[in-house]
Amino acid sequence: MTEPVDHPAARALAERHRLRIWEAIPWLLALGFFFAFPKHLGFGTELLVTVLFAISLDLVLGYAGIVTLGQAAFFGAGAYTVGILAKQGIWHEPITGLLLAALVAAAVGFGSGLVLLRTQGLTLLMLTLCTMALLEEAANLAHDYTGGFDGLDSLPIAPLFGRFEFNPLYPTTQYLYVLAVLFVCFVFVRMLVYSPFGQSLRGIRENMLRMHAVGAPVRGRLVLCYTLSAAIAGVAGGIWAQANAYVNLGTLGLDRAATVLIILVLGGHGRLYGAFIGAVAYISLSHFLARIYPTAWQLGLGLLLVVIALFARNGILGIAAALRRPAHRAAS
Amino acid sequence: MSTPPLLETRALYRNFGALAAARDINFRLEAGARHALIGPNGAGKTTFVNLLTGVVRPTTGAVLLKGRDITGVAQAERVKLGIARTFQINRLFRRLSVLENVYIAVAERVGAAPSMFRPAGRRRDVVDESMRLLETLKLSGDAARRISELPYGRQRLVELAIALGLKPEVLLLDEPAAGVPSAESHIILDAIDRLPREIAVLIIDHDMDLVFRFAERITVMVSGAVFATGSPREIAAAADVRAVYLGQASRG
Repeated sequence: MTEPVDHPAARALAERHRLRIWEAIPWLLALGFFFAFPKHLGFGTELLVTVLFAISLDLVLGYAGIVTLGQAAFFGAGAYTVGILAKQGIWHEPITGLLLAALVAAAVGFGSGLVLLRTQGLTLLMLTLCTMALLEEAANLAHDYTGGFDGLDSLPIAPLFGRFEFNPLYPTTQYLYVLAVLFVCFVFVRMLVYSPFGQSLRGIRENMLRMHAVGAPVRGRLVLCYTLSAAIAGVAGGIWAQANAYVNLGTLGLDRAATVLIILVLGGHGRLYGAFIGAVAYISLSHFLARIYPTAWQLGLGLLLVVIALFARNGILGIAAALRRPAHRAAS
Repeated sequence: MSTPPLLETRALYRNFGALAAARDINFRLEAGARHALIGPNGAGKTTFVNLLTGVVRPTTGAVLLKGRDITGVAQAERVKLGIARTFQINRLFRRLSVLENVYIAVAERVGAAPSMFRPAGRRRDVVDESMRLLETLKLSGDAARRISELPYGRQRLVELAIALGLKPEVLLLDEPAAGVPSAESHIILDAIDRLPREIAVLIIDHDMDLVFRFAERITVMVSGAVFATGSPREIAAAADVRAVYLGQASRG
């Protein structure tokens, strides 16, 4: 009676969280980058922070189906937490600083989530945007603490483990530090999305009404997911501030929120690795387009997005999955 | 005092503005019942289901489960108390596999769903129970397929599978064969026929063949109120029921 059911579908579900060999590739590439391009580590650090931020968005957007344009609110909350604490001379230690950034961003996520997640669709989209705009304006007005429009620069961040200095000119410490934090956060998110909790988030994304009908506390799950995602976005923002020794209003801006959304759409949402592919694709594309068409490079990006939205709704990874489907029909 | 019915409503009213969608509904569903709720479009059948499941709160009146007043109990809690439903229009997790669809319901029932720190596949108990349920519904061949790849009739079976994954005592079937081509409808009817007797079933439908084949008791609703209740024979014989309903729609 209780022996496991031996069925391909049951096996696929029971084993889908297993690590696959190819999952080592992005990490090997990131480490390879460190040795191959020592002069571009600043760029590499920025890229890794972007990936981390995109992963936080993937959790809410790709898995729980929460449509948000305000994810930068949490990035900024984390960045300003690190910035203000350092500038006021209250806290300089980087790792605990990140935990504080996560806490503050999580609190913002929890508070706003309680209110926002009563709504759906366009209303939700607008409210997330409003939350971010309100925070940005608050940061602008609280000039004494945030530096207003000028932001806070030359943040005094203590060396990592008391030993490794954050040198803005040779950001080797920053690069490895960000890579390590990205890895930890990624492992956490990966665990989350393959858990029963993650499965119930997919259920909410696919059909909220049915989730109510199977007795799921839908809003509680959404708020929890939103809070966790906010915490990760806060870590991304905090580490960005530490790596650059700098915070400005741009961390809270629509530009950043929209860019990370584009990255996720480009790479493929709800697929964990879409954030990696999307960030690399976005940054190389904008680089390439800016070279060949410096005045209107964003036009090219816009056209590409239109094409993706029309023909490849699941992004680059979605195309790859579609090509593999006849051979592999693994449960998503 | 005799044992209370499994599910009961007392003087249930629900108004949407000036529209009385439910008027003085006194309804009893006995344990193990095979009960059908019929009525013309707009009679308030869906509102009644929503009142029973807690989607909509009554304006006045009470809903009782085994004699306990559950009028103020939220939808999710009522599911935990044993009231499950299917939907007239499929409400499935379309991009997930059939097995995952059932897994979600079973995980919710056994309390596995909030767990974050271990993989869903490690809950072999949930996976296996979901798989066995699919076997009883003859759906295991489709377990790995996405809902969106299934023919509509099979999707209707998944609707039923999700509800059964909740191990309900009361099962509300809202037009279970709606939209299924007649060549496929027997798979739904057979599945309903095979439902265990521990489950009390209330079927809401237009399809008279289905209702008379299946129901042992029938309630007719008209304009938000109960118009008649009785055995299929009594209902079929009642002239006034024919006048309001049966005559004009022998097949929905």
